[in-house]
Amino acid sequence: MKTFRIGGFHGKDYKLTGDRAIEQMPVPDKVVIFLSQHIGAPAVCNVAKGDKVNVGTLIGKAGGFVSANIHSSVSGTVVSVDPVADGSGIKKPAVTIEVEGDQWEEGIDRSENLIPECNLDSKEIIDKISDAGIVGMGGATFPTQVKLSIPPGSKAECLIVNGVECEPYLTADHRVMLEKSDEILVGCKIVMKALGVDTCYIGIEENKKDAIKLLSSKADGGISIVPLRMRYPQGGEKQLIDAVINRQVPSGGLPIATGAVVQNIGTIFAIYEAVQKNKPLVERIVTVTGCYVSNPKNLKVRIGTSISELIAAVGGEPDNTAKVINGGPMMGRAMSNVEAPVTKGTSGILMLSARDTVREKEQACISCAKCVSACPMGLEPYLLYKLSYRRLYPDMESEKVTDCIECGCCAYTCPAHLPLLDYIRVGKAETMKIIKSRQIKK
Amino acid sequence: MRVISPSPHLHGPLSTEILMRDVVIALVPAFIFTVVTGGLQALFVTLVSVASCMLFEWLINSYFFHRPNSLTDWSAVITGTLLAFNLPQSIPLWIVVVGAAVAIGIAKMSYGGIGRNIFNPALVGRVFLLISFPVQMTTFPVQADAYSGATPLQFFKFVPNAASMTPDNYLMDLFIGFVPGSMGEISALLLLLGGLYLIIRKVITWHIPVFTLGTIFVFTGILWLINPEIYANPLFHILAGGAILGSVFMATDYVTSPMNVRGQIIYAIGIGVITVLIRVWGSYPEGMSFAILIMNAATPLINKYIHPKRFA
Amino acid sequence: MSTLFYSLAILVGIGVLASVILFFVAKKFKVEENPLIEPTEKMLPGANCGGCGFAGCHAMAEALVKNDDISSLFCPVGGSETMKSIADFLGKTAPEKEPQVAVVRCNGAFCNRQRVNVFNGADSCIVESSLYSGETLCSWGCLGKGDCTKVCKFGAIKMNSDTGLPEVDQDKCTACGACVNACPKGVIELRKKGIKDRRIFVSCINKDKGGITRKACSVGCIGCMKCVKVCAFEAIKVENNVAYIDASKCRLCRKCVVECPTGAIQEVNLPPRKPVASVSSDETGVESKVEQN
Repeated sequence: MKTFRIGGFHGKDYKLTGDRAIEQMPVPDKVVIFLSQHIGAPAVCNVAKGDKVNVGTLIGKAGGFVSANIHSSVSGTVVSVDPVADGSGIKKPAVTIEVEGDQWEEGIDRSENLIPECNLDSKEIIDKISDAGIVGMGGATFPTQVKLSIPPGSKAECLIVNGVECEPYLTADHRVMLEKSDEILVGCKIVMKALGVDTCYIGIEENKKDAIKLLSSKADGGISIVPLRMRYPQGGEKQLIDAVINRQVPSGGLPIATGAVVQNIGTIFAIYEAVQKNKPLVERIVTVTGCYVSNPKNLKVRIGTSISELIAAVGGEPDNTAKVINGGPMMGRAMSNVEAPVTKGTSGILMLSARDTVREKEQACISCAKCVSACPMGLEPYLLYKLSYRRLYPDMESEKVTDCIECGCCAYTCPAHLPLLDYIRVGKAETMKIIKSRQIKK
Repeated sequence: MRVISPSPHLHGPLSTEILMRDVVIALVPAFIFTVVTGGLQALFVTLVSVASCMLFEWLINSYFFHRPNSLTDWSAVITGTLLAFNLPQSIPLWIVVVGAAVAIGIAKMSYGGIGRNIFNPALVGRVFLLISFPVQMTTFPVQADAYSGATPLQFFKFVPNAASMTPDNYLMDLFIGFVPGSMGEISALLLLLGGLYLIIRKVITWHIPVFTLGTIFVFTGILWLINPEIYANPLFHILAGGAILGSVFMATDYVTSPMNVRGQIIYAIGIGVITVLIRVWGSYPEGMSFAILIMNAATPLINKYIHPKRFA
Repeated sequence: MSTLFYSLAILVGIGVLASVILFFVAKKFKVEENPLIEPTEKMLPGANCGGCGFAGCHAMAEALVKNDDISSLFCPVGGSETMKSIADFLGKTAPEKEPQVAVVRCNGAFCNRQRVNVFNGADSCIVESSLYSGETLCSWGCLGKGDCTKVCKFGAIKMNSDTGLPEVDQDKCTACGACVNACPKGVIELRKKGIKDRRIFVSCINKDKGGITRKACSVGCIGCMKCVKVCAFEAIKVENNVAYIDASKCRLCRKCVVECPTGAIQEVNLPPRKPVASVSSDETGVESKVEQN
C-alpha cells in the first residue's frame, strides 16, 4: 500500500465518530462571521449596522487576488460590525448578525436532488467558485479559485482529492465521503473540467475501508481511488502528492510544479454545491468529539455559530476537560475563548482531558535523533530548536526551516518532551520576516 | 482553568526513561548467562559498578550542581551495567569503583550531565582502567576448557601460529559463550538477542550494528582471503571480543552517535575500520573501545556536515 | 639516561620547529587592520552585548574609526564617559546622551491581574505571544515568562516569583536594549535615568478602552485624562487610551501620581511625601503599590 517516503508516525486514530451520521444543527440565535476566514487579504465589509441580510447575502467582498468572499449564513439584522475576539482571544474584524427566520437568497437550490451534468466551461466554473467564497476546508483555508487558476508556465496533469483525514479524532471528511459520495464524484468531475485534466485520484487512508469500498464501486471516468497506508501527516499536501503519484514538491516550490492540484473532500463537496446549486459556503461539517464527551457527533453547522453551542449540542464539556481544541490534536489550536464562532476552516472541536494533553516536564536532549527520523520534510528539528532558542534566526534559513509544515511529528516523538515545534514555529515566522524584508529591499 | 499550549496536543508513548530501561532489559540475558557460567563474581562486579555509578551521579548532582537528582532516567544504570560488562569478573572491586568515578565524574558530569557528554562514559571508564591497571584488566578466570585464561583475541594476538591451532568447534563456543573474557565478550548469541529486542522496540535502528559488524567482516575477510595462515577467520573477528557488545550497545549510544542515518553509516564504518586496524596491527588485542571513542570524537563533525535526506 | 635526553631533545626540537612555522604563518596571513581599531576596542566595555546595534565591540570599534561623523553611534553600556574618551582619542566629537535605564511598564502582578487560563507550552514569552493573547484578560502586558531575563548579559533584570513580573536592578542595568528587543509585547522601555535616579512613568501600555482594561487589571491605565489635566508642564499625553509621560518635560512634581485613580503611574526613588491632609488616605493606597524598579 502506498504512503509518503520519509518520516511521520503511525499512532492510534481515535475516530470515535466514524459511524455517526451527520446531524443538522439548528440555526442559532446569533452568528459572528469573521471577515478573514482565509489565508490572504481580509474581505471588505459591505454591510452596515442595521442592514437586513438573507442566507447567502454577500457581506464581505474579496479584498485582493488571494482573498475570498464572505456570505451571511443566516437571515436577520446586522447588529454590529465591530471586532470580536477569536478562539485565541485576539480581536478580529467581524459582522454580528441577529437571526430572524431562515430566508435564503433567490436562486439557491436547497433540494437534495443530485445534478450530475455541468455544462459550464473552465472559466465559468472558477468564477462560480470564486463568487461562492470557497476556501480549502481541510484547515489551511487557501482560497480555492486561486489554487485552480494555474499560473502561466505550469501545467496541471491531475487532480488529487484529499480524503486522508490523518488527524486523529476528526471524521468530518469520512462522513461526507459516505453520505455524499455521488456529489463528491460530480464535484471531482467539475474540478477536473475546470483544470482541464482527465485523471483524478482520491487518496483515502485504509482506516476508512467503507469509504474506499463505496467510492471505488461508483468511481468512473478517470477517477480512481488510492488506498493509503495509515500514517500521519499523510494529509499534508506535499506528503499526499508524494504518496499518490510519487513526485516531490521542490523546496520553496508550489505543488503545481509536480503537475498535481490537491483539493480536500470537504472543498470538493462545497464546489459541487456552489456550481450545481448556486449555494455559497455558509455551512460546514464539524466533528465535535473527545474521549470523555458523552455524545460525540458530526454536526452540520452554519458558519458563525458559537463553538460553545456546538459543545452544548454534544452534551457539554466533560468535567475533566483541560483543553478545547479548534481542529485536530496534532495541528489544531487550543482555545482560550470558546465563545468564538465556527469559521470556514473549523474541521473539528476536540475536548481533551489533562491526562491526555498536559505536557510532561522537559528533560535534556539525549540526541536520540528520533525527531530527525520522524520529520516528514527531512529536516533536523533538534538543530532548528536549538537555533531558535538562541535566536539565531539567520542560520535557520540555511537549515531550511521554511520547509517545515508544522505537523508536530518532532514534538510528538521527542522522548525528552522538548517543546521542539513551539520554538521552530517562532523561528520559522522570524525567518520568513527576514526573507520578506530582504525581498522588499531588492 | 483551561490549559493552552501550541500544537501538537498529543505526545507519543516514548520517554527517556522507557528508552534507557529497555537498554538495561536487553542486557539482562547475557548478564544471567555470565553469572550462571562464571559464578557470583560477575554479579558482585555488576552490582558494585551500577551502585557506584548511581552514587557518583547523585553526589555530583546534589553537592556540585545543586540540581535535582537524575537517577530516575536510568542513564547511570546503563553506564554502570556497560562498564561492568567491559571488566573481567575477577577484577578487585575497588578498581570497579575507580572506573565508575571516572565514567560518571569525568566522562559524563563534567560535560554537564546526560545528553551533553562527547564520549561514551562506560568506555572512558574502561579505557582509563585498561591503561591504569593493565594486569588486572587483562587477567581472566579460566573457564570451560583450556584456552589458558587468555581471551580469544589475546590468544590470537600473542600466540604464534594461532590460526592453525584453533579447534574446529571454536567458533561455536565463541557464539554461545564458552570462552574466557569480560562479561560482554562472552555470549555473542545472547547479546545479539538483546540487540534484536532493542530494534523491535525501536530503541535503536539496525544501521549502526549492521554497518559496524559488516565492515569488520568485509575488512578481515579480505585479509583472510589474502593469507589464512596469519589472519583470523572474519567470523572469529565478529564473534570474539567486544565487537557485538560494542556495535549493538556502545556505538548506538544516543548521545555520542550521529543524528541521522547517513552520518550513522559513516560513523559505523569508521568504527569497523579502526577496530580491525587496532586488532590486526595495533599493540592491543582488542580495538573496539578505542574505535568507538575515536568515532565519538568525530560525531560533532559528522553532524555538522552530513544532513539527513531532505524531502525534495 | 640517554632515553631521557633523546625525549627531551625531540620535544624541544618539535617545539622550536612549530614556533618557527607559526611565526611565518602569522606573518604571511596577517590581516591588515587600521591600527586605531585595537586601542578603540580596548576602550569599549567589551561586553559584546550588541546594544550599539553592531555585532560586538570589535564591529563598533571599526565603525567608530571608519566614520567621520560618529554622532549616531553610541555605546549604551560605557555611556557618555566612554564615548567622550574614545572621541578624544580619535579626534572626533562625541555624541551626548543622557544615561538611561530599562523600565518595565506593566504592574500586572498576580494580585492585580487575574489569570484566566494556564499556558502549558514552552517557557518563553515569544512562543506564548505568537500563539494567543496570554494568560490574563489583558492582551498587552507582561507575559511573565522571562525572555528579558534570559537575554540580559549583566544580570540586571530578574523575575520576581511573587509578582510574576521582571524587576530591573538600576545599578547593573546598562541600557543596552537587549531586553527591549526580546520583549514581544514591547513592555520594556529605555527611559532617562533622571536626576538622582528619580523618575515617574506610566506603568501600563494597555490600549484597550477603559472598561476593558479595568476588567482585566486593577492597576491598568484607563485613559481617563485626569493626569493630563493636572500636569502643569504638558508632559503627559493620552493616545489610544493609554497615558505616556515625556521624561524630558516631566519636572517630577508628582501631582499625576496622586491623581491617577488606578495607581498606574509609578514614582521611583522619590523621597517620602510630606503628609498632606486632603490626599492622605488615597496616597497611602497608591504608594503601597509603588515600590520596585
